[in-house]
Amino acid sequence: MSARKPLPRWADLVLVPALNLILAFVVSGLVVLMIGENPIEAMEIMLFGAFGYGEGVGYTLHFATNFVFAGLAFSIASHAGMFNIGAEGQAYVAGLGAIMVGLALDQTHWLLVMPLAMIGAGIIGGFWGFVPGYLAAKRGSHVVITTIMFNFIAATLMVYLLNRVLKPEGQMAPESETVEVAGRIPQLRQFWDYFGFAPVNMMFFVAIAALIFAYILIWRTDLGYRIRTLGLNSQAAHYAGVSNSRIMMIAMTISGAMAGMIAVNEVLGVQSRLVLDFVFGYGFTGIAVGLMGRNHPIGVALAAILFGALYQGGQELAFMMPGITREMILVIQALVILFTGAMEGLFRTPLEIMFTRISSSRQSTGAAEQATE
Amino acid sequence: MPDKVETSEQRPETAAVSQTGEMAIELIGINKHFGPVHANKDINLKIRRGTVHGIVGENGAGKTTLMSILYGFYTADSGEIKVNGKTAVINDSRHALQLGIGMVHQHFMLVENFTVLENVILGVEDSARLRPSLDRARGELKRLAEEYELNVDPDALIEDLSVGQEQRVEILKALYRGADILILDEPTGVLTPAEADHLFRVLETLRAEGKTIVLITHKLREIMAITDDVSVMRRGEMVATLSTAKTNPEEIAELMVGRRVLLRVEKGEANPGEVRLQVRDLVVKDEFGVERVKGVSFDVRAGEIVGIAGVDGNGQSQLLEAITGMNRPTQGEVWVNGKQITFTGDDGAAVFRRAGVAHVPEDRQEQGLVVQFQQWENAVLGYQDDPRYGTGVFLSLDECKKEAQAHVEKFDVRPPNINLKTSSFSGGNQQKIVLAREMSRDPDVLVVGQPTRGVDIGAIEFIHNQIIAMRDAGKAILLVSVELDEVRSLSDRLLVMFDGHIVGEADPATATEGELGLLMAGVNDKKDAAE
Repeated sequence: MSARKPLPRWADLVLVPALNLILAFVVSGLVVLMIGENPIEAMEIMLFGAFGYGEGVGYTLHFATNFVFAGLAFSIASHAGMFNIGAEGQAYVAGLGAIMVGLALDQTHWLLVMPLAMIGAGIIGGFWGFVPGYLAAKRGSHVVITTIMFNFIAATLMVYLLNRVLKPEGQMAPESETVEVAGRIPQLRQFWDYFGFAPVNMMFFVAIAALIFAYILIWRTDLGYRIRTLGLNSQAAHYAGVSNSRIMMIAMTISGAMAGMIAVNEVLGVQSRLVLDFVFGYGFTGIAVGLMGRNHPIGVALAAILFGALYQGGQELAFMMPGITREMILVIQALVILFTGAMEGLFRTPLEIMFTRISSSRQSTGAAEQATE
Repeated sequence: MPDKVETSEQRPETAAVSQTGEMAIELIGINKHFGPVHANKDINLKIRRGTVHGIVGENGAGKTTLMSILYGFYTADSGEIKVNGKTAVINDSRHALQLGIGMVHQHFMLVENFTVLENVILGVEDSARLRPSLDRARGELKRLAEEYELNVDPDALIEDLSVGQEQRVEILKALYRGADILILDEPTGVLTPAEADHLFRVLETLRAEGKTIVLITHKLREIMAITDDVSVMRRGEMVATLSTAKTNPEEIAELMVGRRVLLRVEKGEANPGEVRLQVRDLVVKDEFGVERVKGVSFDVRAGEIVGIAGVDGNGQSQLLEAITGMNRPTQGEVWVNGKQITFTGDDGAAVFRRAGVAHVPEDRQEQGLVVQFQQWENAVLGYQDDPRYGTGVFLSLDECKKEAQAHVEKFDVRPPNINLKTSSFSGGNQQKIVLAREMSRDPDVLVVGQPTRGVDIGAIEFIHNQIIAMRDAGKAILLVSVELDEVRSLSDRLLVMFDGHIVGEADPATATEGELGLLMAGVNDKKDAAE
C-alpha cells in the first residue's frame, strides 16, 4: 500500500521533464561558471546556434531526424518490455543496406533509391535487432546484454568490411565507394537555400512519417495492442493468447529497422559513402530521447528536437567561446542525458507527495476510491 | 456451525479479562478525505483490551484506511486516537510500534532471500554487529514459538517457506517488536483451511495472554468463529459495533451491504446435456518441472457446473492452465465439443478460446487484466483477434469501447467509466470486468478459477447469480475455488482434488463438510486400500 497517488498526466508528461531539464541547465550553468565563462552568454550562443539562423535550424533538424529514429527504436522495444540499447549497432550495420542499394542503383533516380535503401537498411538493422529478440524469446538471454554485445560485434564487423571488402582498390581511407548521382538523397537546401550548408534532407520527412507510424502501430493496431500487453504484463499477454516469443522478436525487429533509418539519413543523406563510426552515438542518445519522451511519439519528437538543438548549439558554442572546448560540450550534453534519462525519476517522488497533499477535486472518484482500500 | 461452539466455550474467561482492562484503542471522530471521497466519516471505535475485535465491510468501505491511520500510514484530517487511554499522535509506523501497535499486512513485507531470523531483526538491530542481535532474537523466537505455537525454523530462508509460515514470521516480527495490539489485514486470504485453523489457535493464545487483536476481514465465518466484538463499516461510516455472541452472519451481512443478502445461492435443478469438455489422463508439470497434475480425467456437460474443491496448491492451478491452453500437458488429452485440442506454439490460450473455452483466471491482477490499461482496453483482452474489433492490422477503438460500455452496463461495473485506468477499480469491480468479458462471448465452456477471491459480499452474490445464469443458458462450467462453501453451493457435481489426483466425487447437496474435509486432506478409503 502506498500513500502516494500517481501523478496527473499533464504533470507526468510536461512538468517532470521540464523540471529535469531546468535542473540540467542549472548544473551546466554552474559548470560553465566554474571554468570562468558567462553561463547566460553561453546559453544565448547555444540557443542562437540551434534556432537563430537557417543553417543552424537545418543542422538542428538534421540531428533531430537521427534522434527521432533512435528514440522510436528504443520506445517501440520498450513498449514490449524490452530494453533495446543496441540501436547504435543496429544503425551501424544497416549502413551496409543503405550503401549497397545506393551504389547498385546510382544511375537511376533518388526516388527509387531512397525507399529501396530504407528497405535494405531496415532489413539489415531489423536483423541485428531480431537476433537479440530471438535469443531473449527462445533462450531467455537478456536483451541488455545481447544488444550491448551486438554493438561490439557491429563495430568490429564494420571495421573489417570497410577495410577488406568495401574499400575500393588503391584507396587509403577505410571507406566505401562514393555514390554520385541517384544515391544522394536530396538535401533540403537544394530547394530552399534558407538552410545554408545544413545537411537536413528528405529523410526529415520520413522521420515525421515514422512518428505517425509509431503512434498508429502502438495505439491503433492489433499488433500494438499485443506489444503493449506484453510490455505491461507478460502473464496477462500469455493468458490472452498472445505468443509472447513472437511479439518479442517482432518488436525487436521493428526497433532495429527503425534504427536502420539513421543509416539512410547519414550514409546517403550526408556522407554519400559508408565511413567508420558514422552513427556517432546517435543510437545511445536515442535511449535518453525515448526515456525523456515517455515512449510517446510526441514526446520523442520534442526530445529529439531538444537533443538536436543541444548537439548543434553545442558545436556553435565550442566554436564561439574559446574557453569552452568540445569536451565541455560533451559534459553539458551528458548532464542533460543524466538528468532527463538516468535520473528521470528524481522529481517524481517529491511531486507525487506534493500532489497527494494538495489533491483536490481534479482526481476522479474512482482513483480515490481505490486509495481508500 | 460446529466451530462456533468451540470458541464460545472460551468466551467467558476472555470476557473476564476484558472487563478488568480498559480500552486498548479508542478512535474518536476520525475523518479522512481523499479528494472528493470521504473515506472515513466521523468514525468512533472502542477496542477492548484483551479481545479479538473484527472489522468487516465491503471493499472500499474504509477498513484499511482506518487501520492505516492507526498504524501511521495516513494522518487523519480530524479526530483523536487514544492508545491505552492516552491521546497519541501517530505519524509513522515506527511511532505506532513504540505504542505497541503491530500490523500484519495482507501482502507480506519480508525479504525473500533472508532467513527468518534476519527478517525478524530487520530494522531493530541492537548494534552495528549482527551477532548479538541474532542471538538474542534466536532465544526470543524460541520462547515465542513455545508460548504461542508459532513454530518456524529461524534459519530457513523466507523463499522456502509456505505462505502460512511466512505469515507466522510476520506475526513473530510484530511480537518481537513488543506489539501488544496486533492488526491483521485479511490474514486468511492466502491460507489453506488448515493454516487458517492454526492461525486462529495462535490468535486465541495471544488473546489469552492479554494481547489485543484487530482482525480485518470480509469473511463472516471467521468473524463468528474468533471475534469477541465486531464493528461493521459501510461507505466510510461505522454503522455498528456488536458483540459477536449476540449477532448472526445474516445481520452482519445486512449491515455491511445495507440490504438483505442471500448467503446461500438460489438455483434450480441442473439440466445436463451433451459433454462439452472432456479431460483424459491429464498430466501437467509446473514451471519448475514438478508434476502437479498426475493423471486426471473428467467430463463437464452442457448445463452443469462441475466444482473442483481442494486445498490450494494441490494441482488445481496447473489443471486450469492445461485446459485453457496456458500450459501444455505432458500427457493426456483435452477435448472440447468432441474435438481434441492441441497446440504447438506459446499461444495456446488463443487456440482454446477459438475452440470455445472462456477462462476467468484465478489471479485477475496477474493474469486476467493489464491493470495499467484503461477499462475498455481490458474488455477485449484475449479477443483482440476477433474480427468484430477490426479486420486486418487495425484495432477498431469504437467497437472496443462499444463492447466495454455493454460490459459495464450489463455487469454493473462501478464507476461506469470505460476510460478509467483498471487499477482504479476495486477488486470486486475488476473481477466483474473479467467476468463480463469472458461471459459475454457466449462460450461453450466456461472455466472459472476463484471467482470471488477478494471480492465483497454484494458482488459475490451478483457473480454467483451470473454463473448460475450461464449454467441455465446451457454452458458447461468448470469451477475451481478454495472456498469450500462456494464450490458446494454453486456446483452440481463436486470433484475433490488432492496431490494432483481427483480423489473423490461427491454430491454437493448431501456431502457433509466433514466428508469433504477428509477427502481434501487426502484420506480416502479406496486410496488407503490401494496402498
